[in-house]
Amino acid sequence: MSDVSLTALTAQVFTGLVLGGILVLLAIGLSLIFGLMTVVNFAHGSFYMLGAYVAFSVLGLTKSFWATLVLAPLVVGSLGFLVERFLIRRLYGRSPDDPLLLTFGLSLAMVEGVKLLWGKIGLTVDPPKQLAAAVDLGFMNFPIYRLFVIAVTAAVLVALWVFLAKTNVGLIIRAGSRDALMVRALGLNLNRVWLLVFGIGIGMAGLAGVLAGPMRGVYAEMGVEIIIDCFVVVVVGGMGSLAGAIVAGLLIGEIVSLTTFFAPRLAEIVVFVVMAVVLLVRPSGLFGEAGLAE
Amino acid sequence: MREALRRLPAWVTAHPIASFIVFFAVFPFLVPYQSLATQVLIFGLFALGFNLLYGYTGLLSFGHAAYYGLGAYGTGIALAKLQLTSLWVALGLGFGAAMVGGALVGFFCLRRRGIYFAMLTLAFAQMLYFIAFHAADLTGGDDGLRGIPLYPLSLPGVSLSLRHPLAFYFFAYALVVLAVAALKRILDSPFGAVLQAIRENSDRAVACGYNINRIKLLSFVFSASFAGLAGALDALRLTVVPVESLYYTTSAQVVIMTLLGGAGTFFGPFVGAATFLVLADRLSLFIEFWPLVIGVIFMAFVLFLPRGIWGTLTSRRAP
Repeated sequence: MSDVSLTALTAQVFTGLVLGGILVLLAIGLSLIFGLMTVVNFAHGSFYMLGAYVAFSVLGLTKSFWATLVLAPLVVGSLGFLVERFLIRRLYGRSPDDPLLLTFGLSLAMVEGVKLLWGKIGLTVDPPKQLAAAVDLGFMNFPIYRLFVIAVTAAVLVALWVFLAKTNVGLIIRAGSRDALMVRALGLNLNRVWLLVFGIGIGMAGLAGVLAGPMRGVYAEMGVEIIIDCFVVVVVGGMGSLAGAIVAGLLIGEIVSLTTFFAPRLAEIVVFVVMAVVLLVRPSGLFGEAGLAE
Repeated sequence: MREALRRLPAWVTAHPIASFIVFFAVFPFLVPYQSLATQVLIFGLFALGFNLLYGYTGLLSFGHAAYYGLGAYGTGIALAKLQLTSLWVALGLGFGAAMVGGALVGFFCLRRRGIYFAMLTLAFAQMLYFIAFHAADLTGGDDGLRGIPLYPLSLPGVSLSLRHPLAFYFFAYALVVLAVAALKRILDSPFGAVLQAIRENSDRAVACGYNINRIKLLSFVFSASFAGLAGALDALRLTVVPVESLYYTTSAQVVIMTLLGGAGTFFGPFVGAATFLVLADRLSLFIEFWPLVIGVIFMAFVLFLPRGIWGTLTSRRAP
């Protein structure tokens, strides 16, 4: 293989890491919400989409990418609080299909809602000037913005790990996903924990949308497109497993990216083939426990 | 008169096939235009297939576009690409494609239960969409499969042209009546009883000695076949197969229709299809973003009317 294509290949591996990072941010939230509340949030991708649109408007108002990076996920996360409090909470105790159906309706409404508010045509967001250039890594040039996305993803994951592993609230969350009834019996108010976890998960989806906007464009269907990839990640990694979401997210990101390089026509199909193979070999996913919420 | 109206749902429930035959014989004369009536029949059939799996077996599929699309492409490709001239053979090919597709995808998806099942059905349907999108030589790709000829229908002794909307309506009507009768037969059989046992308590069905995986797969295949027949009919109705027929939005439509009408009720799918299509037809005149309204109505149904329109009408109420 010549130097040029080796460089291109390396660039593609990095691109896969970026895509994988976005998928991990989404899949972790999806998995966290599911692990604690057994709610599959179909609208997760739509909150990602909303994050990108809100970022567009906040950027227009504040003119600061850094303010947007903080504000837009907060706005989206707050909407997540409202959705949990006023819609999903009504469905606890019913079939797990019901929240899935509800959030599915929500996602349809959101796709049309953003078209109503922001127009039918997709938007473009530029990366901030400081990050717009490409950096020379010695053997190739790579857009700084993409390295930045990888760094933010890693930082969020570390922060989430510290939160879950080292704080009292994190302890309650972990206990609640193990045995909600027992945690209740100990006198803890799980409703507030669920609200918080839903908000955090949705906020992370919003952040993923803010980060993805400058790379992938902002359009109404972006959320539904990515939610299907997230479902694949979650099936491959094992639902409710955070490690599974990280490994499978990066794996799917790399697979998509490298297939785009070698056989672009197969890029959209190969993820499903991987999923089918995992289902045949390890039906509960790479890190999943068999029988969880089945 | 009021008393008669109040008893109507109960009478309809007691005589489902006769009610269906009578109602849909006059239905095309009750709606603004006849092609809307045909659409209601075809999407009702599609929803009937979905309802067998979700409403009666308790398996939520988010990927039923796959079998509808396989039926549509199977029939469309037979007529437009393979140059077959028999409607029956073409319909049979569409039906068969959906059946085989249902068996294959069902085998994979049924390896997981519950919400994983829903995610998997969606993922496999999207895979088929992308395959159809890229295999443009066979499917027409993004432009859709165009130029499907609508040959006259050959019956023993006669050959009927289906070009008139009403002629096509009654052709679809005949096939849908057969499908409805087949569904009734399935539900009334011991097999149908086991399906509903699986929905209510699958562990107990296992304990009773049923091989529930095989029964679920069979339900999946039946469901896919009904959806495939609907797709095949729709390919003839439109004489084109848009690639969106495999897209998740098609799966979404059938979920919404069934839930609006009432999942697990015999007529729910047709009530839901009629409600959805008439609503979409009227709303789109006034509001560009009408799916927003549908989405909100759908959420309200999930929250407040989980039994749907028909399920609420026919459920026992306090006098």
